[in-house]
Amino acid sequence: MRELHLMKGNEAFAEALIRAGADGYFGYPITPQSEVMEYLMAEKPYERTGMVVLQAESEIAAINMVYGGAACGKRVVTSSSSPGISLKQEGITYMCGAELPCVIMNAVRGGPGLGTIQPAQSDYFQSTKGGGHGDYKLLVLAPASVQEMADFAKLGFELAFKYRNPVLILSDGAIGQMMEKVELDPQVPRWTNEEIIKMHPWATTGKPPTRERNIITSLDLQSATNEIHNHHLQAKYRKMEEEEVRYELVNCDDAEYIIVAYGTSARISLKAVQLAREEGIKVGLLRPITLFPFPKKIVRELRERVKGFLSVEMSAGQMVEDIRLEVEGKVKVEHFGRYGGIVHTPTEIVEQLKSKLIGG
Amino acid sequence: MAEFKHNPEITQEENLVYKRTDLLTPATLSYCPGCGHGTAHRIVMEVVEEMGIQQDTIGVAPVGCSVLAYEFMDIDMQQAAHGRAPALATAIKRLMPEKFVFTYQGDGDLAAIGTAETIHTVNRGENITIIFINNGIYGMTGGQMAPTTLAGMKSSTSPYGRDVEIMGNPIKITELVAQLDGALYVTRQSVHTANAVRRAKRAIRKAFENQKLNKGTSFVEIVSNCNSGWKMTPNDANQWMVDNMFPFYPIGDIKDNK
Ligand SMILES: Cc1ncc(C[n+]2csc(CCOP(=O)(O)OP(=O)(O)O)c2C)c(N)n1
Ligand code: SF4
Repeated sequence: MRELHLMKGNEAFAEALIRAGADGYFGYPITPQSEVMEYLMAEKPYERTGMVVLQAESEIAAINMVYGGAACGKRVVTSSSSPGISLKQEGITYMCGAELPCVIMNAVRGGPGLGTIQPAQSDYFQSTKGGGHGDYKLLVLAPASVQEMADFAKLGFELAFKYRNPVLILSDGAIGQMMEKVELDPQVPRWTNEEIIKMHPWATTGKPPTRERNIITSLDLQSATNEIHNHHLQAKYRKMEEEEVRYELVNCDDAEYIIVAYGTSARISLKAVQLAREEGIKVGLLRPITLFPFPKKIVRELRERVKGFLSVEMSAGQMVEDIRLEVEGKVKVEHFGRYGGIVHTPTEIVEQLKSKLIGG
Repeated sequence: MAEFKHNPEITQEENLVYKRTDLLTPATLSYCPGCGHGTAHRIVMEVVEEMGIQQDTIGVAPVGCSVLAYEFMDIDMQQAAHGRAPALATAIKRLMPEKFVFTYQGDGDLAAIGTAETIHTVNRGENITIIFINNGIYGMTGGQMAPTTLAGMKSSTSPYGRDVEIMGNPIKITELVAQLDGALYVTRQSVHTANAVRRAKRAIRKAFENQKLNKGTSFVEIVSNCNSGWKMTPNDANQWMVDNMFPFYPIGDIKDNK
């Protein structure tokens, strides 16, 4: 039975972590996601489930604690916001190289630099195209509600262990701070060390005489074997592209125009779709839920029957590039961005739809 | 020089008084001949063997010449990003408190890029063992200046000798961490003579035993040579270390709160 609660997005995420059987949270305060650690400290999950909660000295230390815990086969997590995520990039690329599972939540804020604490989506490139060095991909989930903040905490662990890869939950200040009703799953037990040894035989749990030693590393000084490792990683990312695409379609069946938006801007775009429909404009919404893998196939399907796409993003134009790649110039693809912490209004979106696609 | 005569008797099984621990893998060490890293590896693994804790030990390798420590130590190991080993060890120990956890780090790793992780891990009193090889130089990258490079000491990035006016002072990171409340046992050792090796091994044993006390961090510095980086023969390097490193980095216990 799921329990009904009224909670902030960040709190729902934190509570869902405990209930998903998380073993450890390692973080460093930054607005607008500090409620995650505050909630965890107040909830004393170490008394409820034995979960470890630790405030690290920096984001760099926090993500490396996550590395250490993940390498032991534990369900570990960190959260931060844009400037902190930049610092975590070192640990993230190491974790991808060493193939370690973890959940990372980014409550994106306006940048560049220290920027503003207001919500933005300007970390799309950093999240989906790398961010750190090397050829790697994160599975990126974009919640658009408090419910999804909770659900993706659990889903994040499942996907992270399925692929032995970090999963990024790309939230923002609006979703983290807003209060909504949320249904929470019942508590699942944390894995015992015996279960971990069985499920994750690669983990560094101490070498018994019965097996070879386990080594977690991203180092491979031989170019030839390093290339083989990279082939393996790329095959894994392709498998994600085949199996993990998630998106939502609203009013797209008869649509002539498609708004593409995720997270906060998708919620606002939903209202814009309603307003436009009231004016008789046939518009639908494609909401990518996974940003990597990007829902390429549905964009290719839609391009055959619509007159244009409008990418509504709280950025200067990042996801729009991925849409253009799939549309291949067959119909118009326009971008409408507000950034630096400003969110769109639904009427603005309708106006842009008219001026950029319908009138133009 | 007296002519060297090989006596086959001494290597016969029944005459052996000492043998290599099984917890060192058969892999050929990647260290330069005469380098202290190999001896330090050996005594860490001997301690693990003698304590019978192979199954319960998790090590963390650094970035530096000892980046491949996991190739030589027959235990479960993780390899950390440059300087971050104490953060990994923190989480491992917090999540698996029943295990013995240690980091093995050089001075560039521990006292430069990883200063923050080092200080805060010790300050939190993480119940782990930190093995710190101080050779006063960045060995792996070809002999650049380290935070521990002595004043006047030459390196590839201080080719005329470290000028403290320009390059700053060498750092006694071990004395620094000893002041932290989280530090339980802090000592400085070396591995250049048989006696020194025995003392260093005792210190490492104590540092591992301390994990049973759960009262703080044990920190074992081993002042070592880097004959390649210092551009000396192994013997000259050890003598230079005795003459120049030990006066600045004196050998002995710095703190023992047990
Ligand atoms: C982030 C990062 N910066 C720089 C390097 C390059 N690097 C590799 S080893 C090393 C120095 C290691 O020196 P030390 O810790 O003293 O160990 P030693 O090789 O002397 O044993 C450096 C700077 C790196 N691998 N990663
Ligand atoms: S470069 Fe120096 S520290 Fe590295 S293996 Fe050689 S002697 Fe040892």
